[in-house]
Amino acid sequence: MHGRPRKAYKPEEEAASASKAVKLRSLQTQFMSNHHHKIYTKEAIDLSTKLLEINPEAYTAWNYRKLAVEDTLSGEESNQDLVKSILDEELKVVESALRQNFKSYGAWHHRKWVLSKGHSSVGNELRLLDKFQSLDSRNFHAWNYRRFVVELTNRSKEDELKYTEDMISKDFSNYSAWHNRSVLLSSFLARKAEGFMPNEKIPEEYKLVHDAIFTDEDDQSGWFYHLWLLDQTVNVETPLLTSSWPSHARCLNDSSSSKLTTFCSESGSFPLILYFDQAVGGVSSSSVAVDSELRGNEDLVWEPVSNKNSQVASVWVARLNYMSSEPCFPKEYKVKVRIGNSPGIVSSRGCNFSTPYEFVFTAHVHDTVREDSQEVIVSWTDGFDIWDAQSKDLNFLVNLDQQMGLKWRQVAIEEEIELFRALSDSKIGKLTLARLLMAKAMISESGVKGVHYEEILELYSDLMVLDSSHYRYYKDEHSVALLHKVTSSTASLSRHLFQYRDMNNSICLRLNNLSLSRIASVEKLLFVQMLDLSHNELHSTEGLEAMQLLSCLNLSHNRIRSFSALDSLRHLKQLRVLDVSHNNIGEHSVDTTRYLCSSPLSNSEWTEDEVGRQMPSLVTKYWDAYFVLRELNLKQLDILGNVIAGDEFSSFVPQVVPKLVWLDGQKLRS
Amino acid sequence: MSDLPPYPPLDPTTYDLIIVGTGVSESILSAAASSSGTSVLHLDPNPFYGSHSASLSLPDLTSFLHSNSLSPPPPPPSDTPDFLSVDLATRSLYSSVEIATFDSSILDERHSRKFNVDLCGPRVLFCADESINLMLKSGSNNYVEFKSVDASFVGDSSGELRSVPDSRAAIFKDKSLGLMEKKQLMKFFKLVQAHLAAAAASSTESDEGAVKIAEEDMESPFVDFLAKMPLPPKIKSIILYGIAMVDYDQDNVEACGDLLKTREGIARLALYITSIGRFSNALGALIYPIYGQGELPQAFCRRAAVKGCIYVLRMPITALLLDKASELIETGGYKGVRLATGQEIFSQKLILDPCITVGSESMSSLTDQQKETLRVLVPKSISSEGKIARGICIIRGSVKADISNALVVYPPKSLFPEQLAAIRVLQLGSGLAVCPADMHVLYFSTVCENDDQGKAALLSAMSTLIKPQVPENLQSDSAVENDTAEAAKPVVLWRALYVQAMVKGEFGGSISSAASPDGNLSYNELVESAVKLYEQLMGSEELFKEETSPDNTTEEENDGGVEIEA
Repeated sequence: MHGRPRKAYKPEEEAASASKAVKLRSLQTQFMSNHHHKIYTKEAIDLSTKLLEINPEAYTAWNYRKLAVEDTLSGEESNQDLVKSILDEELKVVESALRQNFKSYGAWHHRKWVLSKGHSSVGNELRLLDKFQSLDSRNFHAWNYRRFVVELTNRSKEDELKYTEDMISKDFSNYSAWHNRSVLLSSFLARKAEGFMPNEKIPEEYKLVHDAIFTDEDDQSGWFYHLWLLDQTVNVETPLLTSSWPSHARCLNDSSSSKLTTFCSESGSFPLILYFDQAVGGVSSSSVAVDSELRGNEDLVWEPVSNKNSQVASVWVARLNYMSSEPCFPKEYKVKVRIGNSPGIVSSRGCNFSTPYEFVFTAHVHDTVREDSQEVIVSWTDGFDIWDAQSKDLNFLVNLDQQMGLKWRQVAIEEEIELFRALSDSKIGKLTLARLLMAKAMISESGVKGVHYEEILELYSDLMVLDSSHYRYYKDEHSVALLHKVTSSTASLSRHLFQYRDMNNSICLRLNNLSLSRIASVEKLLFVQMLDLSHNELHSTEGLEAMQLLSCLNLSHNRIRSFSALDSLRHLKQLRVLDVSHNNIGEHSVDTTRYLCSSPLSNSEWTEDEVGRQMPSLVTKYWDAYFVLRELNLKQLDILGNVIAGDEFSSFVPQVVPKLVWLDGQKLRS
Repeated sequence: MSDLPPYPPLDPTTYDLIIVGTGVSESILSAAASSSGTSVLHLDPNPFYGSHSASLSLPDLTSFLHSNSLSPPPPPPSDTPDFLSVDLATRSLYSSVEIATFDSSILDERHSRKFNVDLCGPRVLFCADESINLMLKSGSNNYVEFKSVDASFVGDSSGELRSVPDSRAAIFKDKSLGLMEKKQLMKFFKLVQAHLAAAAASSTESDEGAVKIAEEDMESPFVDFLAKMPLPPKIKSIILYGIAMVDYDQDNVEACGDLLKTREGIARLALYITSIGRFSNALGALIYPIYGQGELPQAFCRRAAVKGCIYVLRMPITALLLDKASELIETGGYKGVRLATGQEIFSQKLILDPCITVGSESMSSLTDQQKETLRVLVPKSISSEGKIARGICIIRGSVKADISNALVVYPPKSLFPEQLAAIRVLQLGSGLAVCPADMHVLYFSTVCENDDQGKAALLSAMSTLIKPQVPENLQSDSAVENDTAEAAKPVVLWRALYVQAMVKGEFGGSISSAASPDGNLSYNELVESAVKLYEQLMGSEELFKEETSPDNTTEEENDGGVEIEA
């Protein structure tokens, strides 16, 4: 069934196929006329049988037969014999069609439809399937249908699991069998059925797939299964809280004035950020209890930080008011956040957040001398001093161990790493080793100890050279690993932290010149207010939406090609300074990798406003810039060195961003 | 034989070719010659087809092993006026014949017809070997049906049998191989396959970029090449003895009788690899004919008969007829044979069973020319040709649970330190119609330098696989079996041990000698020598060249049987 070269038709075969086509065409015409006139006589049905025998792909004919069966059986439901004989006839037609082409979607669907009527013996189906699967053990139609039949017959899942094992030992180059195994195991593992505890079963499965991979590392199916196992090892179904801002025992606006935790707000509120390991819904004032002495926060509004306007997100934010209490009076307020005590938080896969967690922090509220920051232009070129954070603990992470039972996972990953070093001379071997090492980093207790980020980075660098057709993927993974490395310890992160003299010595995280193509490790960077990502290879700002405190962002000298790629910035309510100079904005109006939307008119988010009414042509021309910029509260924007930049655009921007003071280094008004 | 009514005289009395003996070599030659239009008379002194390749009942086998050493019936008076008559002698190929019955019920009437025991076991066919090709070419495949040998093992003195990981699926399933060993073994198989593919491609078009094994490696010893791959000793041993079926210890160059070159080693692996999956209903590489090996020569003989060959069994020849010596230069030429009935039959050429010889006393009075004609019939010292120790055990039970037909190989030194050559064991069950339902036949063989050495090696393999035999009078007392491993072993009911001399086929002009069965597992070398002999006889004419694919209209539904088809 596989690997057979297609042969060119011989003249006589071509003639046969032409005469078959003529016959088929006349059948088709007659059939369509029957169908349109709703003729369900025996002759008409026989005609459709004939048609399907020649061409099982005639989907309309299958549907016609469904209608015909419904028609014949209407009012005859009580006549069991008739019902059975008619449905048996349908099964026979399907069988002969499948003999003609057992990859016919229509035929398999029709069979499912007949079976779901519940009058046919299902026992025959498994026998039929065995026949088809011995003809082609990898045929996914048969495997799909098998799952359907197994569901109907209540055949034990253990037997099915054994069946996949048998098929795999006959020929392990069978992706369908491995896939079915993963489907079956998923349900066993989720139920924690007897003998299927993840900490026992998953290591067993690793052993099985090792045999396949080590026997023939050129065969893909085993590697796919291994990747699935790795996913089962690293991730848990139930959602977990990864980090928060503020984090536990943190003091906000400490009088000792740690620049790291000072947060200036003009709005009289500060954000409270929850970062989950996967997208969740249902974060609300009832599922998250916030006890504080700050008044006016009884009914906190939790918002998902999501690009897709959906009600699930891995980042949720609420704004705590402090102005409404007593202003201009330095005071300490304790805030206690309890999450998971009452139900409501559910992952997109339907699992409940079930590990209660609570954290406490203190907010010091005091009035700051308001500098006239409106007049100051933020320059990214100088004014940075190295900032020593050695003494300070930058760990904002929630301790995962209590939540997921890490021991067996760590042991399993450790064993895998040991083994796969032996296969690291192949591309897939290198990639798997890199993934395993990353997995180790993600689940090691101490976060970092023993994880060789250098090795991961080297593996991805090798892969970029070896396998240039997947360069972009490796580059992204390289960036992720690099950011994991940077954020892995206080010491390594502090090497990238600077004090910015011109802005009251605020702390700036400088991740410039690292050739990053993707943003990661954001959960560890929720505190950052000033971020320099210039001179990288970023295509998009995806991920930055979680950094709710961000007020200054430098993205100059990257590879951003459109404003759509900056879409995630719309969530950053604190953002005042944005440098996107020297990118490729305007080269493509739409980031085609993420959006299929070609015109503002087809965008549901479109609501006409003042600007839209005043200059419709410019809005239409710069619609992607318009959608992003109008939601930002920028004071300073640098856009020079992009295709889009020019007089026309420069005149458009102040209309959309009325509070803008600096555009491309020019002060707009005095 | 004396009870049988006398044969009527044969007619015609002149043929192109007379063949004596119906072993595999002779039968192939007979079928090939008949197919090309040669008139052939095919004789056999025995009452059955197959000679040394026959499958027999236990009493027949016993008497054949013993009787073959007897001298031929006394020659009738040789008063031929026109020809010089040279009396023939028969030498036995078998020595140290030792037959033991441990359970006399095995010789009962109810069992006796259920045994088809091979004289030249253990022997199987590779699905892709020359004998299969020849059967397909000649059409003799219509007369035989085969079944798969289910499994293949390598054993050692511990008694443990490790399956031979001979395919991707087998390597995947193998529990005794480590992950790195699986990787190395599969990598090696892939290299061999790539090499074969490249070799096949380069025969049609020159493809320099293809993966091929370097020419200098091809000439190096295979064992060195395997070590260079690098394959660990355990896997090396499996490849050499379990797949390439090498006899002698390849690591011991001085004592090694058959140091295998990489080129030959790769060819043997190629045979194995291409055998797997050649026929859709054969599971592995090896197949065995239902009703025993004797079916093969019979199939060729039936083909020959269809093409006009005349068969006479129970017909020994007693003398050769030569031109009388005269002054002419063209003297001493072969003319014909005298049958045991006294009738004289004439032919251009003669092929004789390997055990037929001319006594030295008959030779002494001959001219040089006559000696030259009879050259191939003069016995050579047998030790130079090598000997094969063979053993047959009828057992109750099986050497491996749930497996009926299996091959077991004991590599050199695996059973005892002095073990010189590999010992091969083939177990066959009643599914092949060779024995009653609750039993198995085990065939053992090993090449050896002398009888004692060969028999000692076979006994060692037997004691590893089979429970030591308790004399019948003590059996009731030994009911308390405390060693469970021993208890699980099969029990031997009947055993034969013998050593067979190996005689190579030889072309001698008008009189040629066919080859005796060799010490190999397959028929490959035997077929090769038959083909060579045929070419010499017929002047490099191709075998069965005019045969078209026989019509296989009678497609039977068989239960697991393998019908080989082109």
